Amino acid sequence: MKLSEIIKNLDIVVLNAANEDADITSAYASDLLSDVMGNAQAEELWITMQTHKNVAAIASLKDIPAVVLINNGKPDEDMLAHAKLENVAVLVTNLACYEFCAKLYNLINCEL
Amino acid sequence: MEFLFEIEGANFSVAGNASSTIKRALKQRDVDPAKIKRIVVALFEAEINVVAHADHGTIRVLIEDHQVQMFVKDFGPGIEDVKEAMREGYSTASNSVREMGFGAGMGLPNIKRNADVFEIESIKGLGTNAHIIIYL
Ligand SMILES: Nc1ncnc2c1ncn2[C@@H]1O[C@H](COP(=O)(O)OP(=O)(O)OP(=O)(O)O)[C@@H](O)[C@H]1O
Ligand SMILES: [Mg+2]
Repeated sequence: MKLSEIIKNLDIVVLNAANEDADITSAYASDLLSDVMGNAQAEELWITMQTHKNVAAIASLKDIPAVVLINNGKPDEDMLAHAKLENVAVLVTNLACYEFCAKLYNLINCEL
Repeated sequence: MEFLFEIEGANFSVAGNASSTIKRALKQRDVDPAKIKRIVVALFEAEINVVAHADHGTIRVLIEDHQVQMFVKDFGPGIEDVKEAMREGYSTASNSVREMGFGAGMGLPNIKRNADVFEIESIKGLGTNAHIIIYL
Protein backbone atom coordinates (compact mmCIF):
# COMPACT_ATOMS: atom_id res chain seq x y z
CA MET A 1 0.00 0.00 0.00
CA LYS A 2 1.26 3.45 -0.88
CA LEU A 3 2.44 5.61 1.99
CA SER A 4 0.04 8.33 0.84
CA GLU A 5 -2.92 5.95 1.34
CA ILE A 6 -1.75 5.00 4.79
CA ILE A 7 -1.56 8.68 5.67
CA LYS A 8 -5.05 9.25 4.29
CA ASN A 9 -6.59 6.32 6.15
CA LEU A 10 -5.05 6.66 9.59
CA ASP A 11 -4.97 9.59 11.99
CA ILE A 12 -1.56 10.88 11.02
CA VAL A 13 -0.09 14.36 10.98
CA VAL A 14 2.67 14.82 8.40
CA LEU A 15 5.62 16.84 9.70
CA ASN A 16 7.89 16.08 6.78
CA ALA A 17 6.34 14.91 3.55
CA ALA A 18 8.52 12.50 1.57
CA ASN A 19 8.34 9.15 -0.21
CA GLU A 20 4.55 9.28 -0.57
CA ASP A 21 4.71 6.77 -3.42
CA ALA A 22 6.71 4.25 -1.39
CA ASP A 23 5.02 0.87 -1.33
CA ILE A 24 4.65 -0.21 2.30
CA THR A 25 3.92 -3.84 3.07
CA SER A 26 5.23 -4.01 6.61
CA ALA A 27 6.43 -2.05 9.60
CA TYR A 28 8.90 -2.40 12.46
CA ALA A 29 8.06 -1.09 15.93
CA SER A 30 10.98 -0.54 18.29
CA ASP A 31 12.60 2.08 20.49
CA LEU A 32 15.96 0.29 20.58
CA LEU A 33 18.17 1.71 17.86
CA SER A 34 20.48 -1.27 17.45
CA ASP A 35 17.43 -3.51 17.20
CA VAL A 36 16.19 -1.40 14.30
CA MET A 37 19.70 -1.29 12.83
CA GLY A 38 19.92 -5.07 12.96
CA ASN A 39 16.39 -6.17 12.21
CA ALA A 40 14.29 -3.59 10.37
CA GLN A 41 14.01 -4.07 6.62
CA ALA A 42 14.23 -1.45 3.90
CA GLU A 43 10.84 -0.11 2.80
CA GLU A 44 9.28 -0.76 6.21
CA LEU A 45 7.64 1.93 8.28
CA TRP A 46 9.46 2.52 11.56
CA ILE A 47 7.16 3.09 14.53
CA THR A 48 8.86 4.55 17.60
CA MET A 49 8.72 7.00 20.49
CA GLN A 50 12.34 8.09 19.97
CA THR A 51 12.46 11.66 18.66
CA HIS A 52 16.14 12.60 18.26
CA LYS A 53 18.37 13.13 15.25
CA ASN A 54 19.78 9.60 15.17
CA VAL A 55 16.30 8.32 14.30
CA ALA A 56 16.41 10.21 11.00
CA ALA A 57 20.00 9.12 10.41
CA ILE A 58 19.20 5.45 10.98
CA ALA A 59 16.07 5.59 8.82
CA SER A 60 18.12 7.05 6.00
CA LEU A 61 20.95 4.52 6.40
CA LYS A 62 18.46 1.64 6.37
CA ASP A 63 16.36 3.02 3.47
CA ILE A 64 13.33 3.29 5.71
CA PRO A 65 10.97 5.69 3.90
CA ALA A 66 9.01 6.97 6.90
CA VAL A 67 9.12 7.18 10.67
CA VAL A 68 5.93 7.27 12.74
CA LEU A 69 6.17 8.94 16.14
CA ILE A 70 3.54 7.51 18.46
CA ASN A 71 1.83 9.14 21.46
CA ASN A 72 1.97 12.51 19.72
CA GLY A 73 5.78 12.46 19.81
CA LYS A 74 7.47 15.74 19.03
CA PRO A 75 10.67 15.41 17.01
CA ASP A 76 13.70 17.42 18.07
CA GLU A 77 14.39 20.26 15.67
CA ASP A 78 17.57 18.63 14.42
CA MET A 79 15.74 15.35 13.81
CA LEU A 80 13.25 17.13 11.56
CA ALA A 81 16.01 19.06 9.77
CA HIS A 82 17.98 15.86 9.20
CA ALA A 83 14.88 14.04 7.95
CA LYS A 84 14.31 16.81 5.41
CA LEU A 85 17.92 16.65 4.29
CA GLU A 86 17.89 12.86 3.98
CA ASN A 87 14.39 12.60 2.53
CA VAL A 88 12.76 10.61 5.32
CA ALA A 89 9.06 11.20 5.99
CA VAL A 90 8.22 12.14 9.59
CA LEU A 91 4.68 11.27 10.66
CA VAL A 92 2.98 11.68 14.02
CA THR A 93 0.00 9.88 15.51
CA ASN A 94 -1.75 10.47 18.81
CA LEU A 95 -2.28 6.72 19.16
CA ALA A 96 -0.15 4.53 21.39
CA CYS A 97 2.04 1.86 19.83
CA TYR A 98 -0.37 -1.07 20.18
CA GLU A 99 -3.34 0.77 18.70
CA PHE A 100 -1.40 2.29 15.84
CA CYS A 101 0.18 -1.06 14.94
CA ALA A 102 -3.22 -2.79 15.05
CA LYS A 103 -4.83 -0.24 12.78
CA LEU A 104 -1.91 -0.25 10.38
CA TYR A 105 -1.89 -4.04 10.28
CA ASN A 106 -5.59 -4.17 9.47
CA LEU A 107 -5.28 -1.49 6.85
CA ILE A 108 -2.38 -3.14 5.04
CA ASN A 109 -3.73 -6.66 5.30
CA CYS A 110 -7.33 -5.87 4.33
CA GLU A 111 -6.00 -4.62 1.04
CA LEU A 112 -4.34 -7.94 0.26
CA MET B 1 39.52 5.42 -2.14
CA GLU B 2 40.31 6.40 1.43
CA PHE B 3 38.23 8.31 3.99
CA LEU B 4 39.21 9.64 7.39
CA PHE B 5 36.85 10.79 10.12
CA GLU B 6 37.42 12.22 13.58
CA ILE B 7 34.83 11.12 16.13
CA GLU B 8 34.08 13.07 19.26
CA GLY B 9 32.84 11.20 22.33
CA ALA B 10 29.36 11.97 23.66
CA ASN B 11 28.45 14.07 20.61
CA PHE B 12 25.36 12.21 19.41
CA SER B 13 24.32 15.03 17.09
CA VAL B 14 26.93 13.93 14.56
CA ALA B 15 24.62 10.98 14.09
CA GLY B 16 26.31 8.53 11.79
CA ASN B 17 28.08 11.09 9.67
CA ALA B 18 30.84 8.70 8.64
CA SER B 19 28.32 5.98 7.79
CA SER B 20 26.26 8.35 5.60
CA THR B 21 29.33 9.56 3.74
CA ILE B 22 30.47 6.00 3.06
CA LYS B 23 26.99 4.96 1.99
CA ARG B 24 26.92 7.74 -0.60
CA ALA B 25 30.39 6.83 -1.89
CA LEU B 26 29.44 3.15 -2.25
CA LYS B 27 26.19 4.00 -4.04
CA GLN B 28 28.14 6.11 -6.51
CA ARG B 29 30.38 3.14 -7.22
CA ASP B 30 27.33 0.95 -7.89
CA VAL B 31 28.14 -1.48 -5.12
CA ASP B 32 25.50 -4.20 -4.58
CA PRO B 33 22.81 -2.65 -2.29
CA ALA B 34 22.79 -5.73 -0.05
CA LYS B 35 26.53 -5.24 0.58
CA ILE B 36 26.05 -1.52 1.19
CA LYS B 37 23.47 -2.37 3.85
CA ARG B 38 25.87 -4.67 5.69
CA ILE B 39 28.71 -2.15 5.52
CA VAL B 40 26.52 0.67 6.76
CA VAL B 41 25.15 -1.33 9.72
CA ALA B 42 28.62 -2.41 10.82
CA LEU B 43 30.13 1.05 10.44
CA PHE B 44 27.28 2.83 12.19
CA GLU B 45 27.47 0.52 15.20
CA ALA B 46 31.25 0.97 15.46
CA GLU B 47 30.91 4.72 15.03
CA ILE B 48 28.18 5.08 17.64
CA ASN B 49 30.14 2.94 20.11
CA VAL B 50 32.94 5.49 20.01
CA VAL B 51 30.41 8.26 20.64
CA ALA B 52 28.60 6.35 23.39
CA HIS B 53 31.51 4.75 25.20
CA ALA B 54 34.81 6.48 24.34
CA ASP B 55 36.39 9.92 24.65
CA HIS B 56 37.33 10.38 21.02
CA GLY B 57 38.51 8.34 18.10
CA THR B 58 39.17 8.03 14.40
CA ILE B 59 37.65 6.03 11.58
CA ARG B 60 39.56 5.13 8.45
CA VAL B 61 37.68 3.52 5.59
CA LEU B 62 39.38 1.99 2.58
CA ILE B 63 37.17 1.22 -0.39
CA GLU B 64 38.98 -1.22 -2.64
CA ASP B 65 37.83 -3.18 -5.68
CA HIS B 66 37.21 -6.41 -3.85
CA GLN B 67 36.57 -5.28 -0.26
CA VAL B 68 35.80 -2.45 2.12
CA GLN B 69 38.00 -2.16 5.19
CA MET B 70 37.12 -0.10 8.25
CA PHE B 71 39.58 0.76 10.99
CA VAL B 72 37.92 2.22 14.07
CA LYS B 73 40.30 3.37 16.77
CA ASP B 74 39.43 5.15 19.98
CA PHE B 75 41.11 6.57 23.03
CA GLY B 76 38.40 5.65 25.46
CA PRO B 77 38.26 3.61 28.62
CA GLY B 78 38.74 0.36 26.73
CA ILE B 79 36.80 -2.85 27.27
CA GLU B 80 37.60 -5.02 30.27
CA ASP B 81 36.37 -8.29 28.78
CA VAL B 82 35.88 -8.24 25.01
CA LYS B 83 34.29 -11.69 24.92
CA GLU B 84 31.66 -10.61 27.43
CA ALA B 85 31.09 -7.36 25.53
CA MET B 86 30.33 -9.38 22.38
CA ARG B 87 27.47 -11.15 24.15
CA GLU B 88 24.07 -9.99 22.93
CA GLY B 89 22.40 -7.95 25.66
CA TYR B 90 25.61 -6.94 27.47
CA SER B 91 25.82 -3.18 27.89
CA THR B 92 27.38 -0.67 30.25
CA ALA B 93 25.61 2.28 28.58
CA SER B 94 24.65 5.10 30.92
CA ASN B 95 21.03 5.91 31.69
CA SER B 96 21.03 8.98 29.48
CA VAL B 97 22.40 6.94 26.57
CA ARG B 98 19.74 4.26 27.20
CA GLU B 99 16.99 6.86 27.16
CA MET B 100 17.97 7.64 23.59
CA GLY B 101 17.41 3.99 22.72
CA PHE B 102 21.03 2.95 22.67
CA GLY B 103 22.35 0.36 25.10
CA ALA B 104 20.53 -2.78 23.97
CA GLY B 105 23.87 -4.55 23.81
CA MET B 106 23.24 -5.42 20.18
CA GLY B 107 25.83 -3.22 18.46
CA LEU B 108 28.84 -5.53 18.54
CA PRO B 109 26.71 -8.59 17.63
CA ASN B 110 25.31 -6.57 14.70
CA ILE B 111 28.86 -5.87 13.52
CA LYS B 112 29.83 -9.52 13.81
CA ARG B 113 26.75 -10.67 11.93
CA ASN B 114 27.37 -8.28 9.03
CA ALA B 115 31.15 -8.42 8.72
CA ASP B 116 33.19 -11.01 6.87
CA VAL B 117 36.09 -10.27 9.20
CA PHE B 118 35.72 -8.57 12.58
CA GLU B 119 38.68 -8.20 14.90
CA ILE B 120 38.50 -6.15 18.04
CA GLU B 121 41.16 -5.60 20.63
CA SER B 122 41.07 -3.38 23.63
CA ILE B 123 43.36 -2.33 26.42
CA LYS B 124 41.71 -1.16 29.61
CA GLY B 125 42.56 2.49 30.16
CA LEU B 126 44.00 2.99 26.66
CA GLY B 127 41.33 2.36 24.11
CA THR B 128 39.84 0.03 21.56
CA ASN B 129 40.79 -0.94 18.00
CA ALA B 130 38.35 -2.57 15.64
CA HIS B 131 39.06 -3.85 12.15
CA ILE B 132 36.10 -4.75 9.98
CA ILE B 133 36.23 -6.18 6.45
CA ILE B 134 33.33 -6.78 4.12
CA TYR B 135 34.10 -8.42 0.78
CA LEU B 136 32.50 -6.96 -2.32
N1 LIG C 1 34.56 1.66 21.71
C1 LIG C 1 34.25 1.18 22.93
N2 LIG C 1 34.90 1.65 24.04
C2 LIG C 1 34.58 1.18 25.27
N3 LIG C 1 33.65 0.23 25.50
C3 LIG C 1 32.99 -0.27 24.44
C4 LIG C 1 33.24 0.18 23.12
N4 LIG C 1 32.44 -0.51 22.28
C5 LIG C 1 31.72 -1.33 23.05
N5 LIG C 1 32.05 -1.20 24.37
C6 LIG C 1 31.51 -1.97 25.50
O1 LIG C 1 30.84 -3.12 25.03
C7 LIG C 1 29.46 -3.09 25.40
C8 LIG C 1 28.62 -3.73 24.32
O2 LIG C 1 28.68 -2.94 23.13
P1 LIG C 1 27.47 -3.02 22.10
O3 LIG C 1 27.70 -2.09 20.99
O4 LIG C 1 27.22 -4.45 21.75
O5 LIG C 1 26.20 -2.54 22.98
P2 LIG C 1 25.86 -1.05 23.48
O6 LIG C 1 26.68 -0.06 22.74
O7 LIG C 1 25.95 -1.04 24.96
O8 LIG C 1 24.33 -0.96 23.06
P3 LIG C 1 23.77 -0.84 21.56
O9 LIG C 1 24.92 -0.97 20.62
O10 LIG C 1 22.79 -1.96 21.43
O11 LIG C 1 23.12 0.50 21.48
C9 LIG C 1 29.18 -1.63 25.67
O12 LIG C 1 28.07 -1.43 26.53
C10 LIG C 1 30.49 -1.19 26.32
O13 LIG C 1 30.57 -1.63 27.65
MG1 LIG D 1 26.78 -0.16 20.65
